[in-house]
Amino acid sequence: MTDPTMRITRRDFARFSLAASAAMLGGSRTLRAAPPSGEPIRIGVLHSLSGTMAISETTLKDVILMLVELQNRKGGVLGRPLEAVVVDPASNWPLFAEKARQLLAVDKVSATFGCWTSVSRKAVLPVFEELDGILFYPVQYEGQECSRNVFYMGAAPNQQAIPAVDYLLSEDGGGAKRFALVGTDYVYPRTTNQILQSYLKQKGISDADVMVNYTPFGQSDWQTIVSQIKTFGSAGRKTAVISTINGDANVPFYKELAAQGISATDIPVMAFSVGEEELAGMDTKPLVGQLAAWNYFQSIDTPANQAFIQEWRAFTKNPRRTTNDPMEAHYIGFNLWVQAVTKAGTTDHDKVIETMVGLKQPNLTGSVAEVLPNHHITKPVYIGEIQEDGQFNVVWQTPRAVPGQAWSPFVPETRNLIGDWRAPIRCGNYDTVKKACLGTRHV
Amino acid sequence: MSERRRRVALLVLLGVVLAGAPAPSRAQTSDRTTSDAASPVDPFAGLTSPHFEAIAAAVGRLGAEGAPQAQAVLRALSAHHLFVAEDGGLYVREGESWTDARTGAPVASAPAGARMVRENNRVRGALAQAMAGQALLGGDAAARRDAAVRLADHPDPAMLPVVERALATPHEAGLDVPLQRARAAMLLSPGAPTTGEQAQSAAVRVLRDAGGLDARAVLARFAADEAAPAEARKAARRAIVTIDRRIRLWNLGQQVFYGLSLGSVLLLAAMGLAITFGVMGIINMAHGELVMLGAYTTYLTQKTLTAVAPGLAAFSLPLAVPVAFLVCGAAGMLIERGLIRFLYGRPLETLLATWGLSLVLQQAVRSLFGPTNVAVATPGWLAGSFQLGGLTITLDRFAIMLFAGAVMGAVLLVLRRTALGLQMRAVTQNRRMAALMGIRTARVDALTFGLGSGVAGLAGVAVSQIDNVSPNLGQGYIIDSFLVVVFGGVGNLWGTLAAAMTLGVGGKALEPLVGAVSGKILLLLLVILFIQRHPRGMFPLRGRGVES
Repeated sequence: MTDPTMRITRRDFARFSLAASAAMLGGSRTLRAAPPSGEPIRIGVLHSLSGTMAISETTLKDVILMLVELQNRKGGVLGRPLEAVVVDPASNWPLFAEKARQLLAVDKVSATFGCWTSVSRKAVLPVFEELDGILFYPVQYEGQECSRNVFYMGAAPNQQAIPAVDYLLSEDGGGAKRFALVGTDYVYPRTTNQILQSYLKQKGISDADVMVNYTPFGQSDWQTIVSQIKTFGSAGRKTAVISTINGDANVPFYKELAAQGISATDIPVMAFSVGEEELAGMDTKPLVGQLAAWNYFQSIDTPANQAFIQEWRAFTKNPRRTTNDPMEAHYIGFNLWVQAVTKAGTTDHDKVIETMVGLKQPNLTGSVAEVLPNHHITKPVYIGEIQEDGQFNVVWQTPRAVPGQAWSPFVPETRNLIGDWRAPIRCGNYDTVKKACLGTRHV
Repeated sequence: MSERRRRVALLVLLGVVLAGAPAPSRAQTSDRTTSDAASPVDPFAGLTSPHFEAIAAAVGRLGAEGAPQAQAVLRALSAHHLFVAEDGGLYVREGESWTDARTGAPVASAPAGARMVRENNRVRGALAQAMAGQALLGGDAAARRDAAVRLADHPDPAMLPVVERALATPHEAGLDVPLQRARAAMLLSPGAPTTGEQAQSAAVRVLRDAGGLDARAVLARFAADEAAPAEARKAARRAIVTIDRRIRLWNLGQQVFYGLSLGSVLLLAAMGLAITFGVMGIINMAHGELVMLGAYTTYLTQKTLTAVAPGLAAFSLPLAVPVAFLVCGAAGMLIERGLIRFLYGRPLETLLATWGLSLVLQQAVRSLFGPTNVAVATPGWLAGSFQLGGLTITLDRFAIMLFAGAVMGAVLLVLRRTALGLQMRAVTQNRRMAALMGIRTARVDALTFGLGSGVAGLAGVAVSQIDNVSPNLGQGYIIDSFLVVVFGGVGNLWGTLAAAMTLGVGGKALEPLVGAVSGKILLLLLVILFIQRHPRGMFPLRGRGVES
C-alpha cells in the first residue's frame, strides 16, 4: 500500500475513469468547468452507519459522496460547490426523525438522500412535511404512500412485485400454481403480501394454495419453515416461494434451503430484497437459479453502467466492489435533483419540488427515468437468476419502463386513489371517483 | 476413449429401441418428423435459439432420444462451455480450444460472434432430467442409482422408455426399487401413455409403499385428474392418507431433531457465558462479539489456507477450531486484564463497560472488514443432507450437534479433572480462602475468562456455517445466551445443557403451531413465569459455598 508507484497508478486510473465518466454524464457540456465557488449547497445523507442496517446503508452513503465529488469536479451546481452533511441514525427509527430534524433545521440542507427500511421512512415523513424538506428515497417499497416532500426512486409494487408474480405464473417461470409468501415481520412484507394475496386471487389462485409466514428480524434458524415449504410443495402442483425476507436473515434461509436439498428447479425462490451486495457474503453455488426482481442488475451491459461500475470501484479503491439497485436509484435521484436545481435556478424547496415533475434522466440500463406527477418514476423491471459467480443473469424484462403507481389497484380501499402533485389537483391521495382529495397531506 | 465409444454405442442402441417404441404422447415430440425421414432433422437445432423454451425442448429431446455427441453437448451446456456462432454453428470451448459440437471435430480458430447458450431454471431442469437419462444407461453404479432417484422424484413420462429399458437390462439389486418407483411415478404423471386401470392401481401401490413427499406429490396430482379412472383415483386418495399418516409420525422425530439442533447452537453460544457469567459472575455484554471474533477467525483461516494451500482448503474448519479458541481466548484474557479486573464486585459498571466494549469491537470489525457479510464457504463434506428413514438430517446441523457435545465434554473435563479446574472452582466458591491456600487468584481469573472466551470463539466457528458472518453477528446470540444460562441455573453446566435443549425443542415445537414470531414471545413468557417460581433456574447450585 505504501509503494509510491502503486499509488500513482491507482490515482491515474481514478483520474482516467473520472474523466471518462464525466464525458459520459456531462454529454456535450465542457469536461472541466470552472471550479465552483461561493457558499456551498448542502445536501443531507441520512443512512445508518452502525447497527443492523449498516450492512446495506453504508454503501448508499458512499454512493452519494461519490456523486457529490463527481458533480463538484464538473463545477458544482449553479456554480456553487456541493457539500454532503452525513449523519448516522444508527438503525434506530426514532433517531431517524431526530437526525432529519437536525438536517433540515440546523444544517439547512437543500435535499436529503436517505432511509432504507419503510419504518424509518415513516418515521421521518412527518418531519419532512412539517419543515417542508425534500427526501429522495432509494429503495423498493410497499407503496400506499404519496408525499409531496418525498421522491420515490425505488420501485413501487407494480414495478417489482406484480411483474415478478407474473413471471412465476408464466411458462418460462415454471407455471407456478402454489405460492408460499415468506417474509420478515414488519411493514414492507406485510403490505406487499396483502397486495400479492389479492392479486393472486384475481389470477385464480385459491386461498388454500397460498401460504403466508412471517419471522422476526434476524431469524437465523429456518429449519422448520423450510421443511414446511417442502411439505407445502408436495401437493402435486408447481410451487414457488416469494421472499420478502429482510437482508440479514437471507443468508441462513438460503443455506437451509441448500442443506435440505431444495433447488431452484424444484421450488424457485423469488426474492425482493436480495441483491448483489447480499450475495457477496454467500457461497452462491447452491443458489444457482434462485430469482430476484429488481430494476437494475450489475450484470446489465450498457456503457453507462460500465462507467458507473468503474467509477464506483475507483472511488472505493476496491476492484471487486459490487453495485446494486438502490445505488442506481440514488444515481437517478441525485442527477434529477441537480437537473431540477439547475432548471429552477435556485435551491428553494418549493420551486425545486414544482420543477421535478416531468424531468427525465437516463438510467444505467439504457432507458429513461421520468418523474411522474405522483413523485414516483418510470423504471424497467428485470428478473434475474443467480449465477455461480454471485451475479444475476437476466432471464426476463419488461419491454419498456413501467410508470410507478403509488396506490395499489389490488387493494379495495385504495383502488380509486391517485397521487398528482401538479396544479390543479395538488393531492397525494385523490379519489378519482369522488373527485375529492382525502387529505391535504399524504394519507 | 473406449468408455466414450461404449456410451455412444449405448445411445445408438437406445435410438433403435425408441424407434420401435410407441410414439410418446408429448406435444414437443408429436410435431416432429420421425428420425428416419428423408430430410435429416438437426437434433441440436433448438439449442441455437435465443428462447429458453426452445432450448429446453431440444435438451429434453436429446435426453429422451439421444443423438451422436448428445452426451458431450449436454455436459458442455451444463458447464457453460456451449456456444452458438453467428452462422448457427454449435461449438464447445474447452479452455482455449474449440470443437464443433455436432461432429466433435476440433476447429482451428474461435468461431465468429460466438455467444454462450444461456440457461434458466427451465433449461436447467430439462438438462438435469436428460443427464439423468444418460447416466441411467451409461454411468457407473452410483451414478445410475442417483439418476433413478432423480427420475423418480421428477417424473417425466417422456423418459419412460429409458426407464423401461434400464429395467429390462440386467441391473444390480439396489437399482430395482428406485427404477420401479420412477416407472410408477411416470405412469401416473400427466402425458403418460394410457396403460389401463390395473397398471395404474399397481403404480399407486408402488408409490404408497415408497412414501415420501415426492411420491405424495405425484399421487395428489393423479387424484385431482378428472380424466383418470375413478377406481385408481380412489386408491390414490387412500394412498395419500396412508403416506400422510407416516409423514406425520416422522415429522415428530424431525421436529425433535430441529429442536436439538437449535439447542446445540444455543448451548455452544451459552457455554462460554456459563463459565464467565455462571462461574465467575461477570456480566459480559461483549460475549456475543467474542462469538463474532471466532467467526471472523474462521473466515481468515479459510482465506489464508485457500491462498497458501488450496488443496487443504476443505480442512480449514477443523484447523479453525484451535485457532479460534486461541485467538478468542487471548482476546478474552486481554479484556480481563485490561478492563474487567478493575471492576470486580461492581456488576453495574462491568455491564456498562463490557457493553461499550461490544460496540467498540463491532465498529472495529466493521472498519476492518467492511459492513457487509464475508463469505465462509461450507466444505463439501458438510454440505447437503442424508435420509434416515423419513428424517432429513442436514449435515451441517448434525456436525454442530456433535461439535457441541464434544466441546461440552471438553469443558467438563477441564473443570472437573484438571488442576486449573479445581482452582477455578475454589476461587469462585471462596476467593479469600483460595488465596490463603496459595492459589494465585488473579491468574486463575484471567485463565477462567480466557477459557470462557475461547469457548465463545468455538461457537463462532460453528455459527459461521449456518449464519451471517457480519459485525452484527454477536447481537443475535447475546440475549439467548443469557436466557439459557439464567434459565438453566447459574454456575451449573448441566443446567446450561438442559436449558439449551429445553429452549431449542420447546421453540421448535411452538413454531409450527403459532408461527415464529408468536412462538418466540410465548417461549419468553414461559421462561419468565418459570423464573418467577424458581428464581435460580432449573438446576440451582446448592451447598455452603454458594452465597445467597
